[in-house]
Amino acid sequence: MNRLMMKLTIGSEAVFFICLIVSYLFFWKSGNFQQEAAAHLHIKTTGLFTVLLLGSSFTFWRAEKAHSQQNNKGMKGWLIATILLGGIFLAGQGREYYNLINENVWISKSEFGSSFYTLTGFHGLHVFIGLIVLLIVLLLTMNGYLRDKGSTVVSTVGIYWHFVDAVWIFVFTTVYVLPYLL
Amino acid sequence: MKAILLDNIEHDLPVAHKDRVLLRWLSTVDHKELGILYLLAALLFFIIGGTEALLMRTQLAVANNHLLGPEAYNQLFTMHGVTMIFFVMMPALLGLTVYLTPLMIGANEMAFPRVNAFSFWMTFFGGLLLYFSFAAGGAPNAGWFNYAPLNQSQYSTSPGINYYAMGLLLGGIGSVTTGINIVVTILKLRVKGMTLKRLPLFVWMALVNGFLIIAALPSLNAALSMLLLDRLLDAHFFNTTSGGSALLWQHLFWMFGHPEVYILILPAFGIYSEVFQVFSQKKIFGYAFVAASSVAIGLLSFGVWAHHMFAAGLGNTMNSFFGASSMLIGIPTGIKIFNWIATMYGGRIRLTTSMLFAVAFLIEFTIGGLTGIAFSIVPIDWQLTDSYYVVAHLHYVILGGSLFGLFSALFYWFPKISGRMLNEKLGKWFFWLFVAGFNLTFFLQHFLGLMGMPRRVYTYQNIPYYTLLNLLSTAGAYLMAAAVMVLLYNIYKTVKGEKIKNKDPWNAFTLEWYADSPPCQKNFENVPVVTSRRPFYDLKNLEKRDVD
Ligand code: HEM
Ligand SMILES: [Cu+2]
Repeated sequence: MNRLMMKLTIGSEAVFFICLIVSYLFFWKSGNFQQEAAAHLHIKTTGLFTVLLLGSSFTFWRAEKAHSQQNNKGMKGWLIATILLGGIFLAGQGREYYNLINENVWISKSEFGSSFYTLTGFHGLHVFIGLIVLLIVLLLTMNGYLRDKGSTVVSTVGIYWHFVDAVWIFVFTTVYVLPYLL
Repeated sequence: MKAILLDNIEHDLPVAHKDRVLLRWLSTVDHKELGILYLLAALLFFIIGGTEALLMRTQLAVANNHLLGPEAYNQLFTMHGVTMIFFVMMPALLGLTVYLTPLMIGANEMAFPRVNAFSFWMTFFGGLLLYFSFAAGGAPNAGWFNYAPLNQSQYSTSPGINYYAMGLLLGGIGSVTTGINIVVTILKLRVKGMTLKRLPLFVWMALVNGFLIIAALPSLNAALSMLLLDRLLDAHFFNTTSGGSALLWQHLFWMFGHPEVYILILPAFGIYSEVFQVFSQKKIFGYAFVAASSVAIGLLSFGVWAHHMFAAGLGNTMNSFFGASSMLIGIPTGIKIFNWIATMYGGRIRLTTSMLFAVAFLIEFTIGGLTGIAFSIVPIDWQLTDSYYVVAHLHYVILGGSLFGLFSALFYWFPKISGRMLNEKLGKWFFWLFVAGFNLTFFLQHFLGLMGMPRRVYTYQNIPYYTLLNLLSTAGAYLMAAAVMVLLYNIYKTVKGEKIKNKDPWNAFTLEWYADSPPCQKNFENVPVVTSRRPFYDLKNLEKRDVD
C-alpha cells in the first residue's frame, strides 16, 4: 500500500518536472538564453556534484540491503552516508547559486535566470525534503524502530530518493549537457 | 444456496472525539465524516458562487445598466467561475467519492485516513484563501483561466491574482493527494471476490478519475508556481513585456484544463450508471464498454487541449490535429449515452427525483456535447469563441452533466448518508423549477452568442433582441435560485424529520446499501464474498443470483 502510494506520488511529481523542463526548453531560443547558459554554467563542477548525488542512490540501495538483512549497524552507516552525499549536493547547489548571483544572474534578470532557478530550485527543494525524511528514518533506525524487515518504510522512502536522483539526470542533461550537443 | 459471509478485516479505526462536537468535526479522519464535510463545503461555496451569478445576471438584465461597474463585474465572473469549478464541483464530486468508495468495495476506511483529512483541509483553506482576496485589496479579475499577460502585476495591480494562485495551489495539492488515496484504496482494499471486472461502475469512474487527477493537476500546479514567481519575484515566464510567453501559460493551463472537465464529468457518469440501474431495476447494458470507454476518454483527454487555443494562431497543422482529436472523443462519450438508454429499455422505471435528473441529463448533456463538437470545427470556433455561445456550451455540459449528476446523487444517497428520505414532492418541484430555469437561462445564450454578444462584458447596447433575450436569461437565473431555495428547505425539513426504518429504500444492488443507513463508524461487521457485479442484489435474491 505504501509503495503503491509512493509510486503514484512520483508519477505525479514526474509530470510536474516534465512541465518545468518543457518550460525551460520553451525559452531556449529567446533573448540571450544560450549565451547566458554557456557563459555562467560550469558543467565540470556540477558534474562532480552530480556524481555525488548519484552515489547517494547507491548508498541508499546498500542501506535497503542492510535493512533486509536486519543489519542495523550497517543500515545506520549507509543512511548517514546517503545524508552526507545529499547534503553535499545541496551545498554545492548553494555555492553555485551564490556565484551566479554575484555574476548578476537572478530570477528577475532574464528568461534564463527565471527558468534556471525555477527548474533547479524545485529539484533542490525535493532533495531537501528527501533529506528531512532520511533524517527521520535515521532517527527511527537508531532507536530501533525499523528492525522488522517486513516494514515497507525504508523501501518506500527509497522509491522517492531514487526518483529525485533520476530527475536530476534529466535536469542535468537539459541544463548542462544540452548546450554542448545543440 | 447460502451466501458466504466473511468477518471484515479488523482495521485500526481512528477513534473520534465523540463528546466534543466541534473538535470531533475538526479532527475527524473518518471517510464518511470527511465526505460530509466536503459536501457541506461545496454547498457553502455553491451558495456564494450562485449569488455571484445572480449579481451578474441582474447587471445584465437590461441594456446600458450601471448597477455594477466593469471592475466589479470582472471580479464577479472570475470568482464565480473559479469557485464553481474548484470549490464546488471538485470538492462535491471528490467528497462523494471519498464517502462512497470504501462502502461500495466493502472496506471500512480509505487507504490513508489522515491523508484524507489533509486533502480536505487543504482544499477548504484554498477556498478561504481565495476569498480572503476581497479583504486584501480586490479579488482576481482575469477570468477563471487567467490568461497571460493579463495575469501580470502591471495589468492586474490588485493582489487578487496572488490569491488565485495560492488558493488553487492549495486546492491542487489537496486534489492530487485525494486522487492518490482513491486509487490506492480501490486497488488494495477491495473485499474478497470483487475483481476489477466486478467493480461498481461508480468505483470504476473514481479509479479512472484518480489517475486523471494525478496526471493533470501537476501541470496547473507548475503553471501557478511560475505565475507566483512572476508576480512576487519578477520572473519572466508569462510577462510578455520582458520576453515571457503568453502561449506557454495557455499550453500549461489547458494541458490541465481539458482533462479537468473530464475530472468533473467522470464521477457524474459513475453516478448515472448506478442510478439508471437501480431505478430501472435492471443490470447496466454493456458494463465492459462503459468501463473501457472511460479509460479511453481518460487517455484521449490529454491529447485535445489545444482546441481551447484555436484562436491563438498555432497554425493549420496543429489546429487540424486538435480539431480531429476532439471530435474523436465524442465517440466513446456518445456510445455511453446509448448504453444508458438501453439500460432503461424494458426496465421497471421509477421516475423519482434522482431518476428525473438522470433522464434530463441525457438530453441536456447531448445538447452541450453537440455544441462542443461544433466548436472542434476550427472556423466555427473562430467565429464563436469568447461569445455567449461558449457560456451556453459550458453551462450545458457542466450543469447538465456534472451538477445534475450531483443532484441525482443527492436524492439517491441522502437516505444512505443521513438515514432520512428527502421529500419527493418537494424534490419534483425543485427538479422542474431548476430544469425550466436552466434551459431558459442558457438555451437563449446560444442565440446571443450567434448574434455576436461577447462574454465577459459588463453591459451591452440596446441592439434588437439583446435586451429581450438577456432579460429572459436573467429570469431563468432567478427561477434556478428559487429552485435551490426549495432544495435547501427540503434538506432542512428532512434533517429535522423522522428516520426511516428500511436501510434499503430503493431496492439497490451495491454493497453500500448492505451497511446500515447511516453506516456505523465501522462500516461493516461482515461482508459477503462478492461473486457478481451486484453483490447486494445477490444477497437479496439467493435463488436467482447473477453470474458474471
Ligand atoms: C446556477 C446558475 C448559474 C448561473 C446563472 C451562471 C451564470 C454565469 C454568468 C452570467 C457567467 C459570466 C458570463 C460572462 O460574462 O462571460 C458565468 C460564467 C461561468 N460559469 Fe456560470 N452560472 C451558473 C452556474 C455555474 C456552475 C454550476 C458552474 C460550474 C460548475 C459554472 C461555471 C462557469 C464558468 C467556468 C464560467 C466562466 C467564467 C469565466 O469567464 O472566467 N456556472 N456563469
Ligand atoms: Cu477542452
